Amino acid sequence: MTKTAYLQLSDGTKFEGTLFGASKSVAGEVVFATGMTGYDMSMTDPSYTGQILVFTYPLIGNWGVPPKEFLESGHIHTKAIIVGDLTTKPNHWQMQQTLDSWCKKESVPILSGIDTRALTQKLRKHGVMLGKIVVEDKDIKLEDPNLRNLVAEVSPKRMYIHKSLIVNRTSLNIGLLNCGAKRNILNELIKRGVTVYELPWDYDPFEHNLKLDGLLISNGPGDPKMANKSIAIVKKSLELKLPTFGVCLGNQLLALAAGGDTYKLKFGHRSQNQPTIEIGTKRCYITTQNHGFAVDEKKLPKGFKPWFINANDNTNEGIKHEKLPFFSVQFHPEATPGPTDTTWLFDYFLKEVNKAKQQGRSLFKDRPLSK
Amino acid sequence: MKTNIKKVLLLGSGALQIGQAGEFDYSGSQAIKALKEEGIEVILINPNIATIQTSENFATRVYFLPVDTHFVKEVIIKEKPDAILLSFGGQTALNCGLALEKQGILQKYNVKVLGTPTKAIETTEDRQRFADLLRSINLLTPQSHAVTSVKDALATAKKISYPVMIRGGYSLGGQDSGVANNTEELETIAKKALAKTSQILIEESVAGWKEIEYEVVRDKYDNCITVCNMENLDPMGIHTGESVVVAPSQTLNNFEYHKLREIAIKVIRKLGIVGECNIQYALNPNPKNSELDYRIIEVNARLSRSSALASKATGYPLAYVAAKLALGYGLTEIKNSVTRKTIACFEPALDYIVVKFPRWDLGKFIKSQPIIGSSMQSVGEVMAIGRNFEETIQKAARMLDTGADGIIDEKIPEIDYKLPTPWRLFKITEALKKGVSVSKIAKETKIDAFFLDKLKNIADYENVLSRHSDFSLKLLPEGLSRIKTKDSGVPRNAGSPRMTKGLLLQAKQLGFSDSRLDYLTGQKPSSTYNLRAKYNIHPVVKQIDTLAAEYPAETNYLYLTYNGATDDVHKSSIINHKSVIVLGSGPYRIGSSVEFDWCCVTCATTAKSLGYSPIIINCNPETVSTDYDMADKLYFEELTTETVTEIYKKENPLGIIVSMGGQTPNNLSEELSVRGVKILGTSQKSIDNAEDRNKFSKLCDDLGIDQPQWAAQKDIKSAIEFADKIGYPVLVRPSYVLSGVAFNIALDKKDLQSYLKVASLVSEKYPVVISKFIENAKEIEIDAVAQNGKILTFAISEHVENAGVHSGDATLVLPAQKVYPQTQRQIEAITQKISSALNITGPFNIQFLAKDNKVKVIECNLRASRSFPFVSKVTGVNFIKLATVAILEGTGGNAGRVPPARSAQLESAIDTNLSKRALAGGKALTEPVQSYVAVKAPQFSFGRVKGADPVLRVEMSSTGEVATFGKDIYEAFLKSQMATGLKMPEKSVFVSIGGDENKNKFLETAKLLKDLNLKIYATSGTHAFLKKHGVLCSPLFKIYEKKKPTILDYLTSKKVDMVINVFDPYEAMQTGDGYKIRRATIDFGIPLIINLQTAELFIKSLTQKKLKDLAPMPWNSYVKMH
Repeated sequence: MTKTAYLQLSDGTKFEGTLFGASKSVAGEVVFATGMTGYDMSMTDPSYTGQILVFTYPLIGNWGVPPKEFLESGHIHTKAIIVGDLTTKPNHWQMQQTLDSWCKKESVPILSGIDTRALTQKLRKHGVMLGKIVVEDKDIKLEDPNLRNLVAEVSPKRMYIHKSLIVNRTSLNIGLLNCGAKRNILNELIKRGVTVYELPWDYDPFEHNLKLDGLLISNGPGDPKMANKSIAIVKKSLELKLPTFGVCLGNQLLALAAGGDTYKLKFGHRSQNQPTIEIGTKRCYITTQNHGFAVDEKKLPKGFKPWFINANDNTNEGIKHEKLPFFSVQFHPEATPGPTDTTWLFDYFLKEVNKAKQQGRSLFKDRPLSK
Repeated sequence: MKTNIKKVLLLGSGALQIGQAGEFDYSGSQAIKALKEEGIEVILINPNIATIQTSENFATRVYFLPVDTHFVKEVIIKEKPDAILLSFGGQTALNCGLALEKQGILQKYNVKVLGTPTKAIETTEDRQRFADLLRSINLLTPQSHAVTSVKDALATAKKISYPVMIRGGYSLGGQDSGVANNTEELETIAKKALAKTSQILIEESVAGWKEIEYEVVRDKYDNCITVCNMENLDPMGIHTGESVVVAPSQTLNNFEYHKLREIAIKVIRKLGIVGECNIQYALNPNPKNSELDYRIIEVNARLSRSSALASKATGYPLAYVAAKLALGYGLTEIKNSVTRKTIACFEPALDYIVVKFPRWDLGKFIKSQPIIGSSMQSVGEVMAIGRNFEETIQKAARMLDTGADGIIDEKIPEIDYKLPTPWRLFKITEALKKGVSVSKIAKETKIDAFFLDKLKNIADYENVLSRHSDFSLKLLPEGLSRIKTKDSGVPRNAGSPRMTKGLLLQAKQLGFSDSRLDYLTGQKPSSTYNLRAKYNIHPVVKQIDTLAAEYPAETNYLYLTYNGATDDVHKSSIINHKSVIVLGSGPYRIGSSVEFDWCCVTCATTAKSLGYSPIIINCNPETVSTDYDMADKLYFEELTTETVTEIYKKENPLGIIVSMGGQTPNNLSEELSVRGVKILGTSQKSIDNAEDRNKFSKLCDDLGIDQPQWAAQKDIKSAIEFADKIGYPVLVRPSYVLSGVAFNIALDKKDLQSYLKVASLVSEKYPVVISKFIENAKEIEIDAVAQNGKILTFAISEHVENAGVHSGDATLVLPAQKVYPQTQRQIEAITQKISSALNITGPFNIQFLAKDNKVKVIECNLRASRSFPFVSKVTGVNFIKLATVAILEGTGGNAGRVPPARSAQLESAIDTNLSKRALAGGKALTEPVQSYVAVKAPQFSFGRVKGADPVLRVEMSSTGEVATFGKDIYEAFLKSQMATGLKMPEKSVFVSIGGDENKNKFLETAKLLKDLNLKIYATSGTHAFLKKHGVLCSPLFKIYEKKKPTILDYLTSKKVDMVINVFDPYEAMQTGDGYKIRRATIDFGIPLIINLQTAELFIKSLTQKKLKDLAPMPWNSYVKMH
């Protein structure tokens, strides 16, 4: 027997639909994403923590859910998803279960049969809104996830070391400050042969005397200003002139650590088709994005210049230090989901790390070279 | 301005043919727009007079000439263009461009090729070079090896591993291709193929794999985007032009989607394309090693049918952008013309699903088989937009306009669902309804279970309804027994015998039409329509905005869906507009194609210029009318009573114009009127009086207008009695038809009996009309525009072919060359009588038979006919502009609004025209003053339709047309023939003339052939006849005579330049040698003439003109447009 449920926005608007997945009422921030593929990856992206995600593409669930290693984290991070037409009979060679059954297991409700275009237009005009999915009239309170330290919630509780298994691995040690990192960031590093020290958001590698050649600040959920401990770590990294690369939230954390500012966008960028121009060139990359906050271009930290810019709304898409190897991007070079136009940034980062290492700027010069 | 290029030569694609249709009118028109914005002069060569791109105010100058190296060179010498665009006119333009380059003509005259360099194009056109290039960057393409023996074939197959694909030589038209699953099968196929050709290709078979396409764009800064990807429902093995296609892909996960995207970009970069290209993949649905297993099938380095589809599916103007990139712009320097805020360097996000469905007309071809496969035979396509698959596929099924009322319809012929036929998806859904499992069908057809499960939702719903014979459409109180369902489509409490609001809403969300629901529930017509009104269930309007609502859209590119809650376009913004709906023509098909799109676009733009707000409804992605900037609003929607009524209610326009889009909208006029829709122009009653042959014939009788003897017959017995009375042959015609569906000439009683059976299938409502077929009569047409019965303008064209050949297959001459003044006067008088009697306002066309100075009316259409673009562009009077003015002038008054002022230009156009040629108060018309002649010639696509007999008859079979100008009929006619691909014979002609009368008539022409120093080969009968009359010729044996040399030997070795094979069009179909000769001629690409009058004119023209006499003159040197 199917159930109805409804979404209620903070302004009182209701959208009624059919309930799939978990049968429970949830509240969160309602955001929309316009990508047409990779719902399974988006849902497991920790950056969506606390959010109710509206997919603008109406047919969702078409290829079910693949094995875990193809997802961006171990769990679904969206509070709930809202779709136009849930596919209950998917078919794909990689499929292990349907989206419906997965969401049931992971305790995530799916609201289907919604005019997601109308809902999206509302969010676009009004800006993102708080909302709740109410099941069986079990009403609950609205809840603003941005008031919580979401990074702390999704970041790992301890450090992990990932040694690359590939044959021609390098000797580089990269710290990945995991503020809610997507798995593919880690994968992109590992497949380039580096050893990755996966650090919790508040784990200071410098205090722990880790021999790092570079630091990658990951993506993650919520207001960057909540991640104060991460900002402190990035500050140290900059002081030590360690090559530092930020992705998404990492872009915002780098800016904040260097003395810049961030602000909340009206409805954010959550899509796989954002044109991003590398400043000073004619090159434009199609990028995946998922962020509600942005770096304030008017208050760029000293010594930094804008690196990338969004060709549609001119918001900042990345910053770069004029001299030192500090840089970050607002989009997702690791893609998943989305276009792979900018995976070269990982090569660029490692090249800079190598260069710095050659120049002896590496933090721990006396560290033995691991083979 | 980005470049110093001032003048660009644009090559069009010529006549519409299978595989190359209206999509190139779209791409060429967009290119012209893009160039003209830059202040660049555009010189267009395209003999397709029915196109929008060849209209006034598009290109700077238009040449109605064949797109071949000779004429293009002549135009280059004359115009001295700085550059040339090759990628907007299909394969015709591309091939011509490559040949020009090869011959050094472009270099010699310093003409730069814009966009993709010819080197890159050549690579994509050369199988081996292309495969080598892909391998050089480690990309996969199907393995392929040429072999010359069965032994080598077996060895190669072993290496590749079975199944393998065997391809015969190219000249055989793919007849000997096939898939072999094992050595036995391979041996059989290879033996057969090698008997005819010395070399065959053994290829890795990817039949049954998913077929995926990407549209890729690259600028000179190396920015690359993929605008759209598409997935074929029909897996590899069915040509993409024959496949049902969805956009975006539905069954590819992120990994597959983006890996293929990455590869596409790699390829386009390696090739160095600047502009647009299309890449096709085969994707293994069950890869063995869990890795992406794909093959690159081909790259089209030009705009294509797929790119037109992608443009319409996403709202991204691919052709326009490609033209800008060719001029040197970067993707970031071009605005997104839908949002007008964002830039063109992005990949559209769709928040809807698109389904393309091909339209076939295989039944129009004698001896063709209803089997689809690896070569394209479809003649058109439709595109449906919705917010779930079920809704969208059902829309598409109806849009085809083949009579199917959704993806299940009992009228679909009985045919095995496993066979790849035009009806496959229909039959599969029917099988699902009967309980065949998804997994079984998936195994048998290789169609992805994802799609089959969605089709099953439709089938299941039908079963739910049909389980209740006592189904009642009684209204239930709001909210009572409302059924909530899963997307499985099966209502949970299916026991309810009533059509509740919930159940009806669900039906609409699954795409069922009101009429299908009436049928399924056993109710009277309009019951569901009325119930829906009571329940207040209506579709909502959604916009296509390229960014899934992330940014507001400025354009009104719209569709309807029941899977939505609110309209994107609000009522408040649409009141107080003097809007007018123009109905489009639907899918291109035999008998209705780009000519009606020209009429619709011209009508809409004229309405706009007069201060009205035009709204177009159409569902054909190959058209210009479905460009969102052609009207104020575009509804990419069904041309059905139900949908048009819904749009009408939402828009509340002044009225609706049904006379521009051909027969499809015309057919809707009655039902729309009943629903209270205001039909603009000629009244619905008059339309019915002209369309219903019974009523029309009676009208003619009342007006004293002569017609061939006729009678309306309701049963076979009375029909036969009548035919016996008037004498055979007789013409059998049903009411409400287009392009002669089920028109036929019955030679005797047996014939008549069998034809009547077919005719009754076409129309159940109306009786058939039997009329006397008059032999050896001339056919003449008049195209005219009237207002309140008064004729504003007209043009009289004559057919080269005698009556008996469908007017769409006939060669038209304007002005008429062989019409007696007395005949012309009769035609004019009759036209005025009919126009007054039917009080015509708008365009109309009447067809006449003339014999011995007596004129008879055979048909009258109160709508634009297919010759309207032709007569408009030849006379210089835009008939459709005039018709639009005539139609709209009335509306203001009727609606109590002030009529908009006519533009001064149009006023003068009408006036000069009137003063010259008006028919006022029954006064005779003055002769049209023209110092030139234009000829419109049909384009056939017989070569594309496997096995089809290339004959002309009352049933139309041409797929397109060209028109050319000349000082006299000979020049114009020769140009027209060359524009359809005919080459002038240089050495020899093979002649086979059936019947003594025909032979006698042909004698003069045969003598001319001799004068031309052409060697004549003939079949024994024709040979004997010619010899007797002193014309030397060599006999060739017929195939059945089993003596060498046969005509087939000569055709195979291309020893003849042309075949003239004449038989009486109303003679019983020949099935023996005649067919074999004609078919072989077509298969070997040898020019074929099958009509006696055409043959006479062609040979006569050859004696009058040489190639150098065919002047490369632009349109404006002949005609001044008013």
